[in-house]
Amino acid sequence: MKKYINDLTVCSNRRLSDDYFILGLTSSDGLPEMLPGQFAEIKVDNNPNVFLRRPISIHDVDCANNVLYVLVKIVGQGTQSLSTLKVNDTVNLVYPLGNTFNMDSVTNVILAGGGCGIAPMLYLARRLHQQHIKTTILLGGRTTIDILEADEFKKYGDVFISTDDGSLGEKGFITNNSIMKQLSSFQRLYCCGPLPMMKVFAAIAKQQQVDCEVSLENTMACGIGACLCCVTETDKGNKCVCTEGPVFNINQLKWQI
Amino acid sequence: MADLKVKIGALEFKNPVLTASGTFGYGPEFEDFLNIDSLGGIIVKGTTLEARQGNAYPRMAETPAGMLNAVGLQNKGIDAFINDIYPNIKHYKTHIIVNVSGSKLEDYITVVEKLNDLEHIPAIELNISCPNVKQGGMAFGTSCASASEVTKAVRAAYHKTLIVKLSPNVTSIAEIAKAVEDEGADSVSLINTVLGMAIDAESRRPVLSTITGGLSGPCIKPIALRMVWQVSQAVKIPIIGLGGIMNVTDAVEFLLAGATAIQVGTANFIDPAISEKIVHKLDAYCNNHRIAAVKELIGGLITKTI
Repeated sequence: MKKYINDLTVCSNRRLSDDYFILGLTSSDGLPEMLPGQFAEIKVDNNPNVFLRRPISIHDVDCANNVLYVLVKIVGQGTQSLSTLKVNDTVNLVYPLGNTFNMDSVTNVILAGGGCGIAPMLYLARRLHQQHIKTTILLGGRTTIDILEADEFKKYGDVFISTDDGSLGEKGFITNNSIMKQLSSFQRLYCCGPLPMMKVFAAIAKQQQVDCEVSLENTMACGIGACLCCVTETDKGNKCVCTEGPVFNINQLKWQI
Repeated sequence: MADLKVKIGALEFKNPVLTASGTFGYGPEFEDFLNIDSLGGIIVKGTTLEARQGNAYPRMAETPAGMLNAVGLQNKGIDAFINDIYPNIKHYKTHIIVNVSGSKLEDYITVVEKLNDLEHIPAIELNISCPNVKQGGMAFGTSCASASEVTKAVRAAYHKTLIVKLSPNVTSIAEIAKAVEDEGADSVSLINTVLGMAIDAESRRPVLSTITGGLSGPCIKPIALRMVWQVSQAVKIPIIGLGGIMNVTDAVEFLLAGATAIQVGTANFIDPAISEKIVHKLDAYCNNHRIAAVKELIGGLITKTI
């Protein structure tokens, strides 16, 4: 897929909570085709403490209105700067980057997102739904405000929720949600979130012989396979998360699970 | 249109803008963003005799105005380069230069002998300055004796243009440059990354898996400019300057300090089209300053007081 370096215009900046916001970005030239799981390297302007671009998942694409959405968690100065963008501001993207989730040969799947890990899952749910694949969504977080976009997900399938403190949905870790008892009824588990969470999901999926794909978010510089900084160990040696991923089947990874 | 041509040894470049090894892949990674043929040259990823997996993750830490890396020369080895990569890039109408790394003298020789036969590789950049490998690498480039030894051996084995890439992590880079000039290097490129370190105060751990790594980006530009200036006073062979070049102004500064050509490195990570932009803006700079040929800028630093 061809990659672009483009200035996009901010058309919305919706704050979900102190920590999370969703940017809507548009272009009068139109947007390229983007796939679920892909990401953009976003340039952070006007902050001398931020040197590199920030890799951010594509959260959703509204083709009819020519808008690309990114869901961002504020974790440092780069994402803090992005959170202050206003409507009509310009932001520079290198995109779309990375591979996509495998949506072939399935009819019934489950998506699991922990905290900001739901970011790539909404667009995935939308595309699965379009392909008439039965989709179940599992959302998790520490507390209520970490459960993001639940109403949006409900458009595409049944939604199950876990919070560590029990303030929303079931109490406990996302990996212990009751829907996981039925994991073997699904043909594939797609998963994104903190690494320890993904490893628990991967271990359960492996044990129950359910196909499992995870989306990794290693720290990276270039995003286009040049710097070789974001590697993960695979069955074929070190591979760049930015170009060979971010989505990997757990069978490719050298995880001790 | 100014005359942008420069010469390194016997090799003429259409302009002095090259891309630095390890920041530009092999070229195809950047084809969506720029016209590679517009560049003076590209220096491909550090290549060793055997394939290398490089260091463990994490390999990168952002710093104020720069970044640390500890990639550790991950590459598929010289045979994979020749068989799988070279056929796909040899059509580029720019000079493709291979950065050659090694941990043993014999490995360097084997690799350069294989490169002698590649028609579309007119030069090598001998890397005796990688800070991220346990054996060899920078160890070759931090003493005059070992820098001389490896340059002499490679010069005897390699028949085309030989550029030696120098480490800044030395007491006197000018002495090392003089040593490799004396052994027949056609050019020196400087600087490789500056040895540095990042610590996470929360976890009390180093950020990089290797604890230390190589610092690059605009934070090292003043060091690089100083070293290019010092080396230009010490050697007669042309210098290729690099270290934190982000725009045409930085490039011109390196030429004024004494560089014949420049390499764009870390900037490629932030703007993958930057190297071609620098070519066009260098032409504009020359036109705006009534400079007919970019060569006039080389070593053009004015140090006389008014």
